[in-house]
Parts: sequence; C-alpha cells; structure tokens
Amino acid sequence: MDFNYTAEQDALRDSVKRFVEREYDWEKRFAIIRSAQGVAPDHWSAFAELGWLGAGLAEDAGGFGGSAVENALIAEELGRGLVTEPFAAHVLATQLLSAIGTDEALALLTELVMAEKRIAPALQEPNGRGDWRIVETHANPPESPPRLTGTKSLVDCAIYADSFMVSARNGKDTNLYLVNANETGVNLHPYRTLDNRHVCDIHLNNAPAQLLATGKHADQAIALAVDHAIVTLCGEALGIMDTALWTTRDYLKVRKQFGTAIGNFQILQHRMADMMIEVEMTRSALFHALGAMDGNDAARAAAVSAAKVQASTGGLFVGQQAIQLHGGIGVTEELNISHHYRRLFVIARQLGDADLHLARFAQATDRVKKADAD
Amino acid sequence: MDPAYSKEDDAFRAEVRAFVEANLPPDLAQRGRYDFHPHRDDQAAWTRILADKGWSVPHWPAAYGGPGWNGVQRFIFEDEMRRAYAPTADRIGSELVAPVVYTFGSEEQRQAYLPGIRLGQTFWAQGFSEPGAGSDLSSLRTRAVRDGDHFVVNGQKTWTTEGHHADMIFLLVRTDPNVKPQAGISSLVVDLKTPGITRRPIWTLDEGLTVNEFFFDDVRVPVENLIGQAGQGWTHAKFLLGNERTNSAEVPHTRRDIAQLREIARIERKNGRPLIEDPIFRAKLARIEIDTKSLEIAVLRALTSEGHGSASVASLVKVRGSELRQRVADLAVDALGDRGIAVNVDPHAEYSMVGQADGAGPTPGHGIGIAAKAMFRRATTIYGGANEIQRTLIAKTVLEL
Ligand SMILES: Cc1cc2nc3c(=O)[nH]c(=O)nc-3n(C[C@H](O)[C@H](O)[C@H](O)COP(=O)(O)OP(=O)(O)OC[C@H]3O[C@@H](n4cnc5c(N)ncnc54)[C@H](O)[C@@H]3O)c2cc1C
Repeated sequence: MDFNYTAEQDALRDSVKRFVEREYDWEKRFAIIRSAQGVAPDHWSAFAELGWLGAGLAEDAGGFGGSAVENALIAEELGRGLVTEPFAAHVLATQLLSAIGTDEALALLTELVMAEKRIAPALQEPNGRGDWRIVETHANPPESPPRLTGTKSLVDCAIYADSFMVSARNGKDTNLYLVNANETGVNLHPYRTLDNRHVCDIHLNNAPAQLLATGKHADQAIALAVDHAIVTLCGEALGIMDTALWTTRDYLKVRKQFGTAIGNFQILQHRMADMMIEVEMTRSALFHALGAMDGNDAARAAAVSAAKVQASTGGLFVGQQAIQLHGGIGVTEELNISHHYRRLFVIARQLGDADLHLARFAQATDRVKKADAD
Repeated sequence: MDPAYSKEDDAFRAEVRAFVEANLPPDLAQRGRYDFHPHRDDQAAWTRILADKGWSVPHWPAAYGGPGWNGVQRFIFEDEMRRAYAPTADRIGSELVAPVVYTFGSEEQRQAYLPGIRLGQTFWAQGFSEPGAGSDLSSLRTRAVRDGDHFVVNGQKTWTTEGHHADMIFLLVRTDPNVKPQAGISSLVVDLKTPGITRRPIWTLDEGLTVNEFFFDDVRVPVENLIGQAGQGWTHAKFLLGNERTNSAEVPHTRRDIAQLREIARIERKNGRPLIEDPIFRAKLARIEIDTKSLEIAVLRALTSEGHGSASVASLVKVRGSELRQRVADLAVDALGDRGIAVNVDPHAEYSMVGQADGAGPTPGHGIGIAAKAMFRRATTIYGGANEIQRTLIAKTVLEL
C-alpha cells in the first residue's frame, strides 16, 4: 500500500486548507450556520471552480481523474473548519450517477461537477435507523412516468436541490429514481441536526419520478456509492479529530491551575496520548478502506465498515475528551470544541452507527473468507 | 419488594407517590419532562405545594422546617419526584446554601434566608468558580474590601448555574490577600439586585441557558451578609461541595432517564419489532441498569452508615454517577435511530438560543429534548469538581497513594 500523497494531492489539500482559512474563520462560520440554509450562497460554486466537486471521479466518469482518496482528503480539510457544505452527500450523488453509468446519468453527473445543478441523494428512511438498505418507499410502475410514495429522512441539501435521487421498491427490486423537487406530491419537512446542518424529511405522495436504474444494477450502485460516502465521512471525522486533539493540546499548554500548566498533570498527558492513538487508528483504518475501494465488494464493505466503526467510536472518544480536558469552557456554544464534538456525534450516526457497521463487517468478512476458501 | 428497602420504606414511598399523584399539576409535569431547564415559576409553585405539606426541604433538620426524614427516606422522596417529572426545587438554595447557613450562619441570617428558600420565594446561585479559578478554586481573585459597614466587591464569577433565575448569590471572595490562599477566603451572600452587578448568559452546546457570568464592579454589600467569620469561606466551601458531590450521584435522575429510555424503546421500532426487543439494545440497557443499581446501593449504604458525608464515598459515587448520566443520555439518542441527531425543539423552552424558528423536528413527541440532554450531559463530569480531581481525591485520601 502506498501511504504517500502525490504532488497533485498535496496541492489539492493546500487549496482546501487555504479556502477554510480564508472563508471559514470562526465568526464567518457562525454567520453561516445561523443563516436560513446553513450554507454560504457562493461556496458551492467556488468548490466547483476549485475542481473539488469532480476531484474524486475518474476522467471517463466526467471527473478529473482522482478517486476516493481525493474525496477523503478534501473532507478531512473541510472537517478541520467544520464546513457545513454537504460534501459527503455530493460524493454519494456523484458516485451513484457514475455507477449507474447511463448517458443520462453521466449528463447529470457533469452538471453536478460544474455545480450547475444540485441533486440530493435520498436513500435513508425513518424506519431504517441509518441502514440505507431498508427501503419502504415504493413505486407504482404501471403508470408512466412511475410514481413514488413514502418518506425519505435526513436528506442533506434538500432545501435547495433541484431534484432528489430516491431509492424505492418495485416489487422485490430496489430501484433508483429521479424526482424533481417542485413536483406535485413532494413535500419537504426541514429541520436542523445537532451539527447545524439543515436537512429534510421528504414526503412523497404519488410523486412522478424518472427511472434511473433497476434491480441488481441499482443495488450495486448504491452499495458502492454509499461506501464512497462513508469513507468521505471518515475523512471528515479524521480532520475534526485531529483538530480537536491539537487544539486541546495547545490549551493544556496555556491553561494554568494550581500554579502550573494543566498539561503538566500526568493524567491529562495520558488522556491526550489515548486521544492521539484514536486519531492514528482512524487514519490507518481510513487508509485501509481507501485501499479496498477498487477491490471486490465484500473486501470493500468489510474495510469501509471497519473504518466507520473506528471513526465513530474514536471520534466520540476524542470529541468527549477534548471537552472534558477544556473544563467548563468546553461545553460552551462559543468555543469550537463543542462543535467538533457535535459533528463527530452526528458522523458516528450517519450512514449507519457502529453497531450496524460491526454487523456489516462481520457479514462481509464471512464472504471474504468463503471466497478465499473456494 | 426491592430487597434494598424495608417494608416501612415501601410504605413511605407509597405515601409520597399518592401525594404527588394527587397534587402535582399536570402542566408542570408535562414541562418537567425536559427538566434540565425548569421554569422558575414551576419550581416556585411546586415548592409552595410541598411546603404546605412540610416536604419542601427534605435535607434540613426539623428545627428549620425539614420533615425529619432519614437518609433513605430523603432518597426515596427524591426518586419519586423525578419519577413523576416534578420540577426540581431550587437545589442550589435548598441543598447547597441552606446547610451552610444553618450550620455556620448567625440566628439572624437563618431567619433572613431560610424561610425564603423553604417557601420557594428566593432563588440562589453559587458563585465560586472564576475564569482563572476552576479546579484550583482557592486561587480565586474576586475581592471584598471592608469599607465601614460594607464590603466592596470587585471581580468576576463564571459558570453560575441558574444565575438568570436567582435573587441571591452565595459568593466566595478574597478578604485577605496576605495569608495562605485558603485562609483568605470568606463567604458573602449578595442580593443580585445590588448596583454594580452585571450578568451575561453563557449558551451551552445544547443551545440552552444554564450558566452565566457575573461581573462585580464596586458592589457594596452590608457586613452582616458575611457568613461566619472572615477567613472561614474555605471550610464552608468544602462542606458545601461535599454535599454537592453526594447528591451528584443523581441516581433518581438516572433511574428516571432509564424509565424514559424504556418508553422510547417501546415506541421506536427496529426490523419491524419494538426496539426494546432488540438484543443489542437490551444488552446495553441491561448494563446501564446493573450499574445504576450498584450505584443506588452505594448511595443507600452511604446514607445509612455513620459519617455518611465522607469525602471518599462522595467522590466515588460522583464519578460513577456522572458517567452513568452520560451513558443513559447517549443511549436514548441511539434509541431514536439516526433521527436522534436532529434538533427537536422543546416547545416549552423558556430560553432558547435560536428561538423557535426551527419548528418541530422529525420525532416531535418522544424525541423532544433527548439530543440536547445528551449534549448537556457532557458537563456532569466537569461540574461539582471535575472527575479527574475526584479520582485523585480517592487515590490520595482513601488509597493513600
Ligand atoms: C454546566 C456547569 C455548571 C456549573 N455550575 C457552577 C456553579 O453554579 N457555580 C460555580 O461556582 N461553578 C460552577 N461550575 C464550574 C465548575 O465547578 C468548574 O467548571 C470545574 O470546577 C472545572 O473548572 P474549569 O472549568 O476551570 O476547568 P479547569 O480547572 O481548567 O480544568 C480543565 C481540565 O483540567 C483538569 N485538571 C485540572 N486540575 C487538574 C489536576 N490537578 N490534576 C488532573 N487534572 C486536572 C480538569 O479535570 C479538566 O479536565 C459549573 C460548570 C459547568 C460546566
């Protein structure tokens, strides 16, 4: 496994870093999260111009020749600034379209990469508890166009999306459909998540839809795209964890109690060491998952779920201890430390929590072992 | 039926429960479901009802209006209060300040301050911590300088819980800068309406208002507001914090949170079945229940033994209790599934950082306040003496390391 970044990847990282430093200082971020949509109006087009929206896509898929590594790297740097733009949702949408691969899907993909259009992937449902594979929304196929009924939940970027990419059942199959946002039978219920993202429940009531992919083809697209989105989330978690770690380390050097910097207390030194171990294990698990993205389905699923488990539990530990080591100031709205925790708390539950991914890891590992034995 | 309690205890519990069922106004109980930010009016109204029954200050000796209960009865009473979602009393006044006043204060001070607390008329804040003096409380710098019949107070207090509801503040101030830090500290009670005091709210990660900052700028406080002698403040503080830690095991709260969690798990469904039947969830809940039971017995043991205020037991149950509160709150979020991460605005909230602009979240009934509570619970291992400090206390004072 090659653990080194290329010169292009380093340049990409620098460009995200610079953007976050320039556009996302703490005061600017506060103004953004208090705004109606929770994102800045011009940031997304800036992302497109900077080439980030296609950075993780192969050239034949309308991208700039990168892979999941680029997405994780962008997300890591966005995480450092707790940027609220739904980048992982963008990865999910583009990877779905790229895996669907039809002319029509690739045309939509180009529009997403150019930020000419926003499509919100809507896979999760209220009864799924984070498991995107549980789909109760259903299609009425005899009609043309097909019509969808059901509820999708926690949909990122839905309030300003042009359309939604919806998974829905058609008999035994799960298909993927495109639903225009302004169609009759589409109702949005917006709400906020703890990390100040603005999401929606989407209620579909006999809403006209356009078929994008069916059956096994759709299943595979969903499985691959979700894994791409998860490693992106893990990259974001890593950036947040690392920032929380070093911010806390700096605080321990300046905060004085009992006549000395609290960083001199051994118990806090050991706690910081434990936090650092979690950061490094998350980085390693992420590397492993990134290396498995092009492999067979089972190996990929196992590695991605492993990374998600580590990022979830490690992220919670680091976030909690960063607060604890700050003392009272750590629980304030004003300081970034509590926001790091809130985002890590949410990531730990997005696209499946640790329990879900432990089970998925175990199942996928069985499949890998079986394939090895055969 | 619970072997931890005698027949008499059970009868006492039944009596308390019957009283609460007959007397707790339903709208108070409804708002009380989200009770880490109780409304002052609700607290006052319920304290008044309890006072009429003689039950508003369970911890106090009978001489000052307490009911004369033993430790186990006090625990049962608190347990029934939480179970019924009754608003909490002004606990800073009744559980922290009052014992200092009746133990160390003058007869005049007892008469001046205790009735207002007992009747729910006067609310108190605890002004110990400062920006530079948290764990190292004895380094506090707020100064009180004698000037005729007054002390003139200058300085800043922070993390003042419920300061926005308080009428009075119990301050630790430095009256003598020339002696050992602990020996120069005194206790002063201050009317928050005195000129020269300003308050700033501190919003916390649950987007709620609990803590505040207070600035004291040439605040003139009558000398009769000094509790005990000058220089005794540190003794008072240690006495008070010992009480705070024993209470901060918060077993009744955790038991109630568990009951609430069970309710959520009966409503929520996983794989088409009630969540409460899911083996992974059950195992996690069981572990929390087991730990809560052990803690409950530890608290009961402390309450029935000699020297039950012993600092080591207080630290021990504070550490375990505060961590349990976090675990049960986090599991309640898990119980809501991935929708647990949504902000479910409490329609009853008295203070809200962002107002009600958000509208309802995706799980309006049983989900309200759950995520916010899990966020705020991060503070339990920090306040009342951070857990790192408590563990060091256990190691030093009991294990003699
Ligand atoms: C929600 C909330 C409510 C509060 N309510 C009140 C109130 O009503 N009145 C009031 O007076 N105060 C109140 N406090 C303040 C509380 O008592 C302090 O926050 C607490 O004592 C810690 O102090 P600090 O915040 O300054 O943290 P610090 O003392 O700076 O501690 C930072 C970190 O260093 C660790 N640390 C410090 N010293 C040592 C050591 N010697 N060895 C090992 N580790 C160490 C701590 O454990 C912590 O993890 C409240 C705090 C909170 C969060």
